[in-house]
Amino acid sequence: MSHCHSPAGLKSIPEGARRIVLAGNPNTGKSVFFNHFTGIYVDVSNYPGTTLEISSGSFGNDVVIDTPGVYGISSFNDEERLARDIILNADLVINIVDAVHLERDLFLTQQIIDTGLPVVVALNMVDETARQGLEVDQILLESLLGVPVVPTVAVRKIGFAELKDRLAGARTGQATPGLDELLDGMALRPESRAEALLVLEGDPVVAKRLGADPGSRREEIYLARRGRVDSIVRQVVRESSGGALPPVLLSRWMIRPITGLPILALMLYAMYQAIGVFIAGTVVGFTEETVMQGWYEPAVRALAARLIPLESIPGIILTGEFGLLTMTATYVLGLLMPLVVGFYFFLSLFEDSGYLPRIATLVDRLLTGMGLNGRGVIPLILGFGCVTMATITTRLLASERERRIAILLLGLTIPCSAQMGVIAGMLASVGGWFVALYALVIFSVLVIIGTVLNAVLSGRSTDLLIDLPPLRLPRPDNVLKKTATKSYGFLKEAFPLFALGALMISLFQLTGVLSFLQDLLAPLTVGWLKLPAGAATAFIMGIVRRDFGAAGLSGMHLSPDQAVAALITITLFVPCIASVLVIFKERSRLEAAMIWGSSWALAFLVGGLVAQLYAAFGGTGGTAAVPPVILTFAGITLATVLACRLGRRKKTGRPEGGKANA
Amino acid sequence: MTLDRAKRGQSIKITSIPDAGVRIQAIRFGLAEGSMVTCEEVIPAGPIVIRSHRQLLALGRGLARRIQVEVGGDPIVSLP
Repeated sequence: MSHCHSPAGLKSIPEGARRIVLAGNPNTGKSVFFNHFTGIYVDVSNYPGTTLEISSGSFGNDVVIDTPGVYGISSFNDEERLARDIILNADLVINIVDAVHLERDLFLTQQIIDTGLPVVVALNMVDETARQGLEVDQILLESLLGVPVVPTVAVRKIGFAELKDRLAGARTGQATPGLDELLDGMALRPESRAEALLVLEGDPVVAKRLGADPGSRREEIYLARRGRVDSIVRQVVRESSGGALPPVLLSRWMIRPITGLPILALMLYAMYQAIGVFIAGTVVGFTEETVMQGWYEPAVRALAARLIPLESIPGIILTGEFGLLTMTATYVLGLLMPLVVGFYFFLSLFEDSGYLPRIATLVDRLLTGMGLNGRGVIPLILGFGCVTMATITTRLLASERERRIAILLLGLTIPCSAQMGVIAGMLASVGGWFVALYALVIFSVLVIIGTVLNAVLSGRSTDLLIDLPPLRLPRPDNVLKKTATKSYGFLKEAFPLFALGALMISLFQLTGVLSFLQDLLAPLTVGWLKLPAGAATAFIMGIVRRDFGAAGLSGMHLSPDQAVAALITITLFVPCIASVLVIFKERSRLEAAMIWGSSWALAFLVGGLVAQLYAAFGGTGGTAAVPPVILTFAGITLATVLACRLGRRKKTGRPEGGKANA
Repeated sequence: MTLDRAKRGQSIKITSIPDAGVRIQAIRFGLAEGSMVTCEEVIPAGPIVIRSHRQLLALGRGLARRIQVEVGGDPIVSLP
């Protein structure tokens, strides 16, 4: 088995092995098929685009390759380009369709059939059709499409045996009427019919690859294909009366602001209670203090003492205050791991239930003001899991402009789950007003940056066009597996970076650089942020990973106002090393360097502003000075938003949104 | 009229989608000029949610403003 980032990376396809490609719309259960065929677990996402990674595994003598869920193969976004290239190189395609949504799903089916590749269709979720009062004539569908159709219920493992039996019968199906004539009439005849089709459909990438001019008849072909699909659906689907519709009411409540915002707030509150209060308090109290500091660290020190003197340089590096074996292990396993697991558990619930696209619809209005559309909330939410991964998922955004805004917002303002966990834990102990202050300041910064970027960057962002999948009760086994996979991913990524950070800090401490840096940063940390001098260490640690820095803060004795100012600063601080690397890969060097530099400035500017305002309003640790600080920030945000709107109106000469799509 | 003026429960016929890129994506979702859909939800100042067969689609307001529609029937009494 192998995990590869590009189809070109699919090395080691054995001699004579067939490439069996799984293709389908998002939410059709493709990954369950993949797991069944290959026996390894991959992400099953309810949102189009949470995995851009391509998984492949062996099935008998053949290789099974998964593709991102797409509605068609063309070049609309990175997922499609990836799916397109994998499908073009397939020997056989297993197309998974959702039996309840044939009108939508059969478009991709017909497009794959039009490529001339051998296809088998898995008619998945057939159990749902009866429940929704539908009847699908599978035999007729098979004869109309001209390829084998196998009914399946993937989550209950029904139909897999028949599907495997019928792979041998995969064949080229009935093309869209009129298409063969168009293909015959092409001046250039590429080797494969699939490539010819894509050139004919005007796919710029494939055309360029073959040195041909992209065709201009895409819409004509799409309409003919749509006509054929609609006619097939009319013939094979019968609606019987009765049958319950999916949970419509809840779905409505989730997208209407008046009910949707309270629901969203409730979900976030539940997360805060579960992660910030229960896990950060009770669970971490046990894992960090009892297990790691109580048992593990003394045991490691005792063991190390037998081999090397603890006061020697290697002894300090391994088991000292910032020891590789002591502090790193305690932070990662005792403190961060439980928090990360908690966060990914919630994220998996949101993904698998179909809630994420509804959040996108709910917040679309807010995000259009920041130059994103509702879809932009997906990378932002994923950023609360891991900023690094979320930066990669910005590829699902439709325009370069949106990517730029989303990556900047991610890098500057979104704390990742590990950091969130520590922050939530620290906030839980400072009380309601300070929590509100923290949340409002971070939110204001997000809105201000987004709004200013939207006003400054040229062009206009694309509009929301998103499919709302039916709400489903998440399957516990899938949620748990996904939580486990993602948490393991965190461990793999965080441990080396933490070790690097700990090593760096230990060396700084031994060489005296640490106290030098502390003195150097003192005007900022002590004078401007009003923190103890030791806080500088946390920020130095935060350069490696912000959660590392936040964890450093959690060990200090801070008053509530100091804690909030420090947390705001560390939240807005530079993205972790892994994220920075990804940002450098995804953006130009100049842009990435600017993101890194501006997060330094922004973090200290805003954190200090909070500390200074709090003191100016007469605060000495109590909550009395908090509301005026909150009001000041709300005022600054409002003023910025209004100014940007006016400026934009003046520039375009009409209200925003009135201009044609770029 | 344009889609952003639609009211919840109205059954609507799409008459024109001016943007070629959007038109292509809409065809994949089963929407073409001439399709009948139901307006499922109108988020104040936000997206319009339409139902086409069993599928729900959310369209941003800016996009809805550019799609020409005809109201093709009386508002269907819908769930609260």
